[in-house]
Amino acid sequence: MNTNPIPDPIQAGLASGWNVIDASALDANRQFEVDVAIIGTGAGGGVTAEILSMAGLKILLIEEGPLKSSKDFKMREAQAYPELYQESAARKTKDKAINIMQGRSVGGSTTVNWTSSFRTPEDTLHYWQKNFGLQDYAPQALAPWFDQMERRLHVTPWAAAPNENNDLLRRGAEKLGISTAVIPRNVNGCWNLGYCGMGCPTNAKQSMLVTTIPAALSRGAVLLTRTRAEKLNFKGDRVDSLSCVAISADGLAPSGKTITVRARHYVVSGGAINSPGLLLRSNAPDPHRILGKRTVLHPVVLSAALYDHKVDSFAGAPQSIYSDHFLNTDAIDGPIGYKLEVPPLHPLLISATLSGFGEHHSHLMKRFANLHAIIALLRDGFHEQSVGGTVELRDGGSPVLDYPITDFVWDGIRRALLTMVEIQFAAGAKIVYPVHELADGYTSWSSAKKAIEALPYKPLFTRVVSAHVMGGCTMSDDTKLGVVSSTGRYHGVSNLSVHDGSLFPTSIGANPQLSIYGITCRLASMLAQQLTGKPAPVL
Amino acid sequence: MSKALSRRSFLKVGVVGGLALATAGSIYRLVRDPETPRRFVLDERTRNVLAAVAPVILTGALHPGSDDVQAVIERIEGAIQQLPLKVQKEIQDLFALLTLAPTRRFLAGLPDDWRIAKQEEIAAFLQSWRLHRIGMLQTAYHALHDLVVGPWYADESTWASIGYPGPIKELS
Repeated sequence: MNTNPIPDPIQAGLASGWNVIDASALDANRQFEVDVAIIGTGAGGGVTAEILSMAGLKILLIEEGPLKSSKDFKMREAQAYPELYQESAARKTKDKAINIMQGRSVGGSTTVNWTSSFRTPEDTLHYWQKNFGLQDYAPQALAPWFDQMERRLHVTPWAAAPNENNDLLRRGAEKLGISTAVIPRNVNGCWNLGYCGMGCPTNAKQSMLVTTIPAALSRGAVLLTRTRAEKLNFKGDRVDSLSCVAISADGLAPSGKTITVRARHYVVSGGAINSPGLLLRSNAPDPHRILGKRTVLHPVVLSAALYDHKVDSFAGAPQSIYSDHFLNTDAIDGPIGYKLEVPPLHPLLISATLSGFGEHHSHLMKRFANLHAIIALLRDGFHEQSVGGTVELRDGGSPVLDYPITDFVWDGIRRALLTMVEIQFAAGAKIVYPVHELADGYTSWSSAKKAIEALPYKPLFTRVVSAHVMGGCTMSDDTKLGVVSSTGRYHGVSNLSVHDGSLFPTSIGANPQLSIYGITCRLASMLAQQLTGKPAPVL
Repeated sequence: MSKALSRRSFLKVGVVGGLALATAGSIYRLVRDPETPRRFVLDERTRNVLAAVAPVILTGALHPGSDDVQAVIERIEGAIQQLPLKVQKEIQDLFALLTLAPTRRFLAGLPDDWRIAKQEEIAAFLQSWRLHRIGMLQTAYHALHDLVVGPWYADESTWASIGYPGPIKELS
């Protein structure tokens, strides 16, 4: 019996006659002919779908994951990770040294992100202007696009008190003279539950799932789920068609049915890793061999700590306090800087993340309610020794990211661990556990400092994770530097665009969702104007 | 173990180790099941490995000899079946390495079958792979770690033991 009191806009939309096709249930091959095919339904695909459908274009959205909605979001990791994440939330880099969290359901990563919404930092944009010839990407030129998306998605600084997990970051940093600030979030009527990462059960999160995609579907867009875009077929300087395969209901294997799409224009919005993967499989023009390169991650390291009081890091808005202090201590192209935030702690993810086994591990888990963690997101991609990784294709054609962590990045990881541990002791931590296979629990800042300085820094010893994959389809009007122009058009192809985080020439230096929203809002508006010959609609 | 023996084993591991994980998998699949299964279904030998390893990884949380052991194996199997098929194949290869006696002895350093292996031997094996100089064995340790602790703590039945109240009942 469904006792869920929350109205479900997806179920209501389906009942109203939206054209949504679950390809896992197809019993025959299918063909579609539309104005624009959009591959991916995350931040880039969602925004593009709404704008182009408002412009009166016939849209087809292609999503590899399932369509899930608030009625399915039960706040349980065992269910949410396989249903809503790429590779069951266990995607890894080629050497398995970095765990990657990316979404895979309608709404993409926006369905499962923690709602932190930052505009692209000005120094990042200046770096793009100076080094990638992106003259149009001045902060004042992008501001109206960020304004538009902030209004559309209800982005406002979190007005309620931070939860204790976030407040410990604030208090510890304050004691050390490190400034913090409040995180803007894309929520409307948030219940402050703390389960954003498993799909918002109350539809408060203004993800693509409940905003742009329903808007596009209500205007007649077609949504194909459980459909993998396999190959763009080129004819001369155009994409002639797109070959897709239907995926089984469990999401693991092709069902045997195929879907062929013909469109006037194609927009690739599969996210960094999957977008360059599709373009590589399709042998898209790449005369300078740069497709898939410069894929950056904001490599994240973390430190856990035990307090005498309950922290309940699983409850409340997951991220509400941050510090950019260590992004601003050095030049953007100097020693690598890092942003400080906290992660929500839930049993599956934190038990897998904490190092060690046996009594050591179970003792820490028994004090789960008293655990606090800080994460440091390293700003990669701004230095010649931090050029990111390369997306490659495995034998079966699936993409994998080869991301070697350089000594330059390891230096930042060591400094970040020191910072986080010092903040935790300043906030009153009793025992601090920097997450490293050779680290121990430390009861004083001096003993922790000594240990962290002496630890070896190499793959698989320090737990490194990422939820922010960017780059791989670098944007630049200089074809030696990028495969996509500053207007999002793929170089050398007349009807192909890329609209997602894979465009970014460097990492953002902040959670990237609003950067993707704002920048693709501009690109989609230009595309709408070009395809219709009329002024673009405003969201 | 004498120094000479230790050095010889070490060299063998160095030479053999990198290849063994992949080859043991293909041999295993050849021997056990010529029709290579696309999805990894845990067999008796794999369950024996898990029944030995899980209580060591979860010492202090799981009660050895209780229903907990079967329960965690079921949950691990459930988690494996939702991983991409290529990852399922890698996990199958890992368990092949652990179940074939020669590779179990050489690479895991376990003289006895899993059913009679001692807790401290298993702990020593886990610790050696955890810090192993061969990256592939280190990743295998991480796979075992994550496959055991993740499904264990993801299950509601363990939440009271760690002070986690779970999500609000009205919406879950």
